[in-house]
Amino acid sequence: MIPGSFDYHRPKSVAEATGLVARYGDTARVIAGGHSLIPMMKLRMTDLDHLVDLQDIGELRGISVNGQSVEIGAMTTQHELIASEVLTEVAPIITEAALQIADPQVRYMGTIGGNVANGDPGNDMPGLMQCLDATYTLSGPDGTRDVKARDFYEAAYFTAREEEEILTKIYFQANGAGYAYEKQKRKIGDYATAASAVLIAKEGDVCSFASIAMTNLADTPIYADAASSELVGSGLDQAAIDAAVAAAIDAIDPAEDNRGPIEFKKHVAGVILRRAIERAISRA
Amino acid sequence: MNDMTPEDRKSALKGMGTSRKRVEDARFTQGKGNYVDDIKLPGMLFGDFVRSPYAHARVTSVRKDTAMALPGVIAVLTAEDLAPLGLHWMPTLAGDKQMVLADGKVLYQGQEVAFVVAENRYIAADAVELVEVEYEELPVVTNPFKAMDADAPTLREDIAGKMDGAHGPRKHNNHIFTWEQGDKEATESVLSGADVVAEEMIYYHRTHPCPLETCGSVASMDKVNGKLTLYGTFQAPHAVRTVASLISGIAEHNIRVISPDIGGGFGNKVGVYPGYVCSIVASIVTGKPVKWVEDRMDNLMTTAFARDYHMHGKISATTDGKITGLWCHTTADHGGFDACADPTKFPAGFMNICTGSYDIPVAYLAVDGVYTNKAPGGVAYRCSFRVTEASYFIERMMDILAIKLDMDPVELRMKNFVRKDQFPYQSALGWEYDSGDYHTAMDKALKAVGYDNLRKEQAEKLAAFKAGESRSLMGIGTAFFTEIVGAGPVKNCDILGLGMFDSCEIRIHPTGSAIARLGTISQGQGHATTFAQILASEIGIPADDITLEEGDTDTAPYGLGTYGSRSTPVAGAATAMAGRKIRAKAQMIAAYLLEVHDDDVEFDIDRFVVKGAPERFKTMKEIAFAAYNQAIPGIEPGLEAVSYYDPPNMTYPFGAYICVMDVDVDTGVADIRSVYALDDCGTRINPMIIEGQVHGGLTEALAIAMGQEIAYDEMGNVKTGTLMDFFIPTAWETPNYITDHTTTPSPHHPIGAKGVGESPNVGGVSMFSNAVHDAFRPFGLTQSHMPHDHWRIWKTANQLGLHG
Ligand SMILES: Cc1cc2nc3c(=O)[nH]c(=O)nc-3n(C[C@H](O)[C@H](O)[C@H](O)COP(=O)(O)OP(=O)(O)OC[C@H]3O[C@@H](n4cnc5c(N)ncnc54)[C@H](O)[C@@H]3O)c2cc1C
Repeated sequence: MIPGSFDYHRPKSVAEATGLVARYGDTARVIAGGHSLIPMMKLRMTDLDHLVDLQDIGELRGISVNGQSVEIGAMTTQHELIASEVLTEVAPIITEAALQIADPQVRYMGTIGGNVANGDPGNDMPGLMQCLDATYTLSGPDGTRDVKARDFYEAAYFTAREEEEILTKIYFQANGAGYAYEKQKRKIGDYATAASAVLIAKEGDVCSFASIAMTNLADTPIYADAASSELVGSGLDQAAIDAAVAAAIDAIDPAEDNRGPIEFKKHVAGVILRRAIERAISRA
Repeated sequence: MNDMTPEDRKSALKGMGTSRKRVEDARFTQGKGNYVDDIKLPGMLFGDFVRSPYAHARVTSVRKDTAMALPGVIAVLTAEDLAPLGLHWMPTLAGDKQMVLADGKVLYQGQEVAFVVAENRYIAADAVELVEVEYEELPVVTNPFKAMDADAPTLREDIAGKMDGAHGPRKHNNHIFTWEQGDKEATESVLSGADVVAEEMIYYHRTHPCPLETCGSVASMDKVNGKLTLYGTFQAPHAVRTVASLISGIAEHNIRVISPDIGGGFGNKVGVYPGYVCSIVASIVTGKPVKWVEDRMDNLMTTAFARDYHMHGKISATTDGKITGLWCHTTADHGGFDACADPTKFPAGFMNICTGSYDIPVAYLAVDGVYTNKAPGGVAYRCSFRVTEASYFIERMMDILAIKLDMDPVELRMKNFVRKDQFPYQSALGWEYDSGDYHTAMDKALKAVGYDNLRKEQAEKLAAFKAGESRSLMGIGTAFFTEIVGAGPVKNCDILGLGMFDSCEIRIHPTGSAIARLGTISQGQGHATTFAQILASEIGIPADDITLEEGDTDTAPYGLGTYGSRSTPVAGAATAMAGRKIRAKAQMIAAYLLEVHDDDVEFDIDRFVVKGAPERFKTMKEIAFAAYNQAIPGIEPGLEAVSYYDPPNMTYPFGAYICVMDVDVDTGVADIRSVYALDDCGTRINPMIIEGQVHGGLTEALAIAMGQEIAYDEMGNVKTGTLMDFFIPTAWETPNYITDHTTTPSPHHPIGAKGVGESPNVGGVSMFSNAVHDAFRPFGLTQSHMPHDHWRIWKTANQLGLHG
């Protein structure tokens, strides 16, 4: 459990960081909290010669809330997300989800940027960001560009980010919808057996808005568009919820692992999603 | 001290029965422990293993040159290098032999193939990747039943065709031994004529002790004086010294083995591992100290596993629930080598305690040990040898029989308990239970949890479930266990020919403080605290004034170490006996000082008083000083004693455990609502330490029952090699425990103590598992496999048709 040797760089700015990454190409990797990367290095499953640490780049930190607009710097830790009162005010689903990630020790180190950039289907933030319809800002040698979380994930560990790009921030528009992040895991510190992020808004008794995403139930997060559609316009009655759950189960494609066989995961995904929908409705 | 009341004098000693705070904790809680990996010797090198990625393969070549070319690499050892020393294989504790480094083939994933020695652990880790090993894959056998198929590949080619094993005849190349106990014919005839017979296959899955500190050693060969010093994570340092001497040829007086602080053992540190041998050889070869320390994956994948018993059981009873016979055939999966840590005459440990707490007139047990392509081990993970397996077997069989009889499981137990007046009780499988009062313990437990009300509540919950108002089922798990600990009488317990006695040596200093040294070694049990308490009560010197040392073979008396809850039953007894020798001499000195006859003084807490004249006395402090400063006619100077204690029998702690859980049939999540554990460990030395031991043991039991396993795929790959997948409960998963006790002293133990560290694991696993089964009992479940993790519980619910 000892990584191979590497050179360590600690740039002070995004430009410097992207420059280093561009210079060393695929022998370089940025490191944020290190709580996904370092285990991979220790298992010698990631081979790199240059580690570019983002810790000292002040411009990558911080949460800013402007009315309903939320912007979160990539290097903001999961702990900082939980501790932020303004964030909890406008987007309490982030707090609820972050509290279900790993354990306090990991959350003091792990960052939102690392969590969404990592591309591990087990990470909770990517699905959450799809649910919130967030946008990621990427900065590379040729400037910056924005990519929607819903368009970002291609396969396990493959994302729309180019190798020399750094994810600098995440932004989205909050809408005050009822929310829930529901996750089943084997123990504290475990990734999800099944998790779902749900936002629901009502006008009178009718569902005016719904957004549903599922985590660790395919090789990417699943934004369950069809499931959301089943709810919008409905009275959020049992039949509509059943239809939404069925649509979401249709959209996922879990793999068998130590958490259980496929049919179990599909069943649990349905139960978890139903609970999330019900809780979101109760808060809508 | 003289104007203190007797009560004050007694409490000043902090002797037996006191919840004395653990003296070890000050250093452990401040990070000041001294573990093997803390040992750093000048010029020390670091060794690391090249391990096999395959579970079964021929090793056709090992090329070292690239690794050797890496700066800082000192040596790469292979079986070929060890062969001239005869150290490429080593004896196991079970009479088998094990490869130290792959000798032509590998038998399990992670097996040691080459040992890289480098200037530091970073270079060693890099060099491991540079050793080029060529493998030729062979068919893998992970199922012990398939291993016994006529056409199964032969795993152990080194003993192919050699049909006389260490424990009698072998019937197949992959067979290790058959061990039979009890009366087969009589049992089978009872079963065939019985009113009711329950039959089940009970699988107790493979798991691992996984101590916080992994295994490791530092070997330092001093070529000038010929002395080898070996620091290591050894639960039995003295036995390690003897074994090291026998296999290396180094005279035993030239070997010093030191077990420093040990960060948990739970059986994992009883065995001898290739890493220990390689660090010794590497130190001999290089002339420098060599350290080897496992990482977590090495530990989980290669050092001793526990359990992996397939237990086929039959139990018979009359229609009104009186048990008439018990039959068990166990297929024991031992992995690639038989490296079980059991007393020599017990290749399946004390599995023959499987009649449990019940008066079963006739029984039969057979165990077949089998080789597979899995890691070797088979240690007693927080239990006496194979006792958790035995207890799980009988406690499941009792519940299954209760279902068959349509009886409450507690009622069935009560009906069949060995009665108080039957002790000492001779069991059908050969044990003599020393003492017990099972009915009283069970009654106390039932009252404490409000058993009848719980059953009522359970019926209501079931009705709600059936009416579609709830998706959760309530389970009540009851277990009543009898442990067998304190191995043990030298006449039938030895390891590699070393009798399983233990020892204590005491020196009283002139000013009345003392040092005691024992043949055992604490791994978190708090020996320095409790053994000083035994002595305080025995010799009247405050526990705080007694230093306790273990683990250095140059200074401590010989003993067989700490496992199987044997320290208190055996070394604790030696401590009391050595204390009594001190006391006997102190009595003579006191009599001399008081100018009376020896028989005219008597011991009183911390002094000897003249009988009938309590104002005339000498304190132990005064007596100690006199022992060193006066010429007493007929008495040697000094005040020291040593005792080697060979126990006349094992001790048999017992307990009644009850837990309640709510099982969500849709998610498979089991929410443990309450756990009540009543332990009877005989005389209680330190109630607080007992409580701590029970909490720890219950938590490990929870882990095993609810999620912890070493799982393999068909290719023999370990699927649970990290703590992400290998379940260790945190405070979050751990329920609140209620502990309780009754006290039935052991009649043959000097202070009546029986041992407790492992009881909660023996009783706890059955309790948790029985609760899961109990939740599903109304739907016809008789047996399902542990661990009861979410998906397995869900699968049970699914198979019972509970998902509509
Ligand atoms: C015991 C344990 C349990 C865990 N449980 C969970 C869990 O339940 N749910 C969960 O979601 N996560 C879990 N994690 C992961 C944890 O949340 C990580 O911290 C997170 O996935 C990665 O964030 P990081 O800041 O540590 O990133 P790092 O580990 O530093 O980086 C991860 C990857 O992202 C890349 N990267 C990082 N930052 C950027 C950036 N700004 N731009 C471009 N690329 C970047 C790195 O190059 C690397 O490839 C767990 C981790 C541990 C150790």
